[in-house]
Amino acid sequence: MTQQFYVSPEQLMKDRADFARKGIARGRTVVVVSCRDGIALVAENPSASLHKIGEIYDKIAFAAVGKYNEFESLRQAGVRYADVRGYSYDREDVTGRGLASVYAQSLGAVFTAEQKPFEVELTVAEVGHDVESDHLFRLTFDGSIADERRFVVMGGNAERVAETVVNGWTSVASFEEAIRLAAGALQEERAEPVTLEVAVLDRDSETARGSRRAFRRIGPDELAALVDGTARQAG
Amino acid sequence: MNDFLAERVVSAATSSFTEHLAATRPDLLPINRSLPLAGVSAVAPPAAPHGTTIVAMTFPGGVLMAGDRRATMGNVIASRHIEKVFPADRFSVLGIAGTAGIAIDIARLFQVELEHYEKIEGTLLSLEGKATRLGAMVRGNLPMALQGLAAIPLFAGFDIETGVGRLFSYDVTGGRYEELEHHSVGSGSVFARGALKKLWRAGLAEDDAVRVAVEALYDAADDDSATGGPDPVRQLWPVVYTVTRLGGRRVADRELATIAGDIIAERSIARREA
Repeated sequence: MTQQFYVSPEQLMKDRADFARKGIARGRTVVVVSCRDGIALVAENPSASLHKIGEIYDKIAFAAVGKYNEFESLRQAGVRYADVRGYSYDREDVTGRGLASVYAQSLGAVFTAEQKPFEVELTVAEVGHDVESDHLFRLTFDGSIADERRFVVMGGNAERVAETVVNGWTSVASFEEAIRLAAGALQEERAEPVTLEVAVLDRDSETARGSRRAFRRIGPDELAALVDGTARQAG
Repeated sequence: MNDFLAERVVSAATSSFTEHLAATRPDLLPINRSLPLAGVSAVAPPAAPHGTTIVAMTFPGGVLMAGDRRATMGNVIASRHIEKVFPADRFSVLGIAGTAGIAIDIARLFQVELEHYEKIEGTLLSLEGKATRLGAMVRGNLPMALQGLAAIPLFAGFDIETGVGRLFSYDVTGGRYEELEHHSVGSGSVFARGALKKLWRAGLAEDDAVRVAVEALYDAADDDSATGGPDPVRQLWPVVYTVTRLGGRRVADRELATIAGDIIAERSIARREA
């Protein structure tokens, strides 16, 4: 019988964290920005059908970087959690905080108990009445959760992109300005044009669109019109 | 262990909210409840409010659905405000006649079912697909229907593929039938259908279709005690939805008040007895 080597818990957790961090660093960057009109979610994503940004519920959206199969299963689980909760209680009772803590628990459980941790980083964004009441919960592979203000940048070039976003951020920006800021930050120092996936959570979807569902995807045509004039974007 | 996990993941990977509930929270499904003494048909069903007449019709570029506002419990009017027509999603509506509690629950479940599919799959379910899902829900309610608590929907939507409005009716076993031109369900439906046959015509404009629907409901209310007519005292008008390429729209009360007012005035002037 082979003797198992002793690995200290500290070392084990550190190895797992390093492993997950490496996976995430390979992922393309996602920017989530709170602004006057709502919350803009902008991701660098070469695929038109494998989304990194998704709708969870009326006022809640999801953005992720890392392994697609892992965050997609988390997104679907989030939709199920939210729909069951809204159906059995009321639509108002589905909150970003509730969803984020469910994610934190599952990510934490996978990190400590499973063979390998999830190589993902998530943002749960909930749009409120104004920038102050927006919620941006950032969740990492080990289940730690942070309540961010103003914006979240995740993925490969997070630090550099965040620097540009923080310099240009203002609470009175329109969607157009916020998306341009994020798109510009993602494009910076890149030779090739970046393919973007963009969605927004409208602050006033009830009055503007007659829909309680605030999530809206920005199609390639609308996006081209939005970011036109700044960096050249490939649809 | 891994096989087991994979199997569990695949089995959980359904786009249907109803199937997810059936697997994880069966107690929440309206169609999963059963009355005590199931199968004993001699037991009288418990008294519960019933909704009555729903009318629906097509017009070029869309469909329309309307329901009156009355719910009855035996010979008593249980509610004058009940709504029996619901938007299912952006491009479809459903109206339900029968036991109100079950009808409202089925409508609510159906709404979540469609939205859930859309969020999981990232695309809308086809109109045929929506109609089939609704049929499955009606079939699920069959045990309760046999005990006297039936709810029968009428489904209407805009088919984005073909660009036309379509209508589907159901029987209590979940059988799904596509209707052309117009249809009506509920206790006042025989009278409403008579009116629709005379008033509906091909090429009806959207505004005129609204008027035809209100008039058909007026006729149903005239002869069916379980259907409520326009109520100028309480300012209550039928619930009317239209669905076109642009999506669903609830016809404003102001508009309905004018139409109902016109119909009442015309009939007062005509002074016809029957």
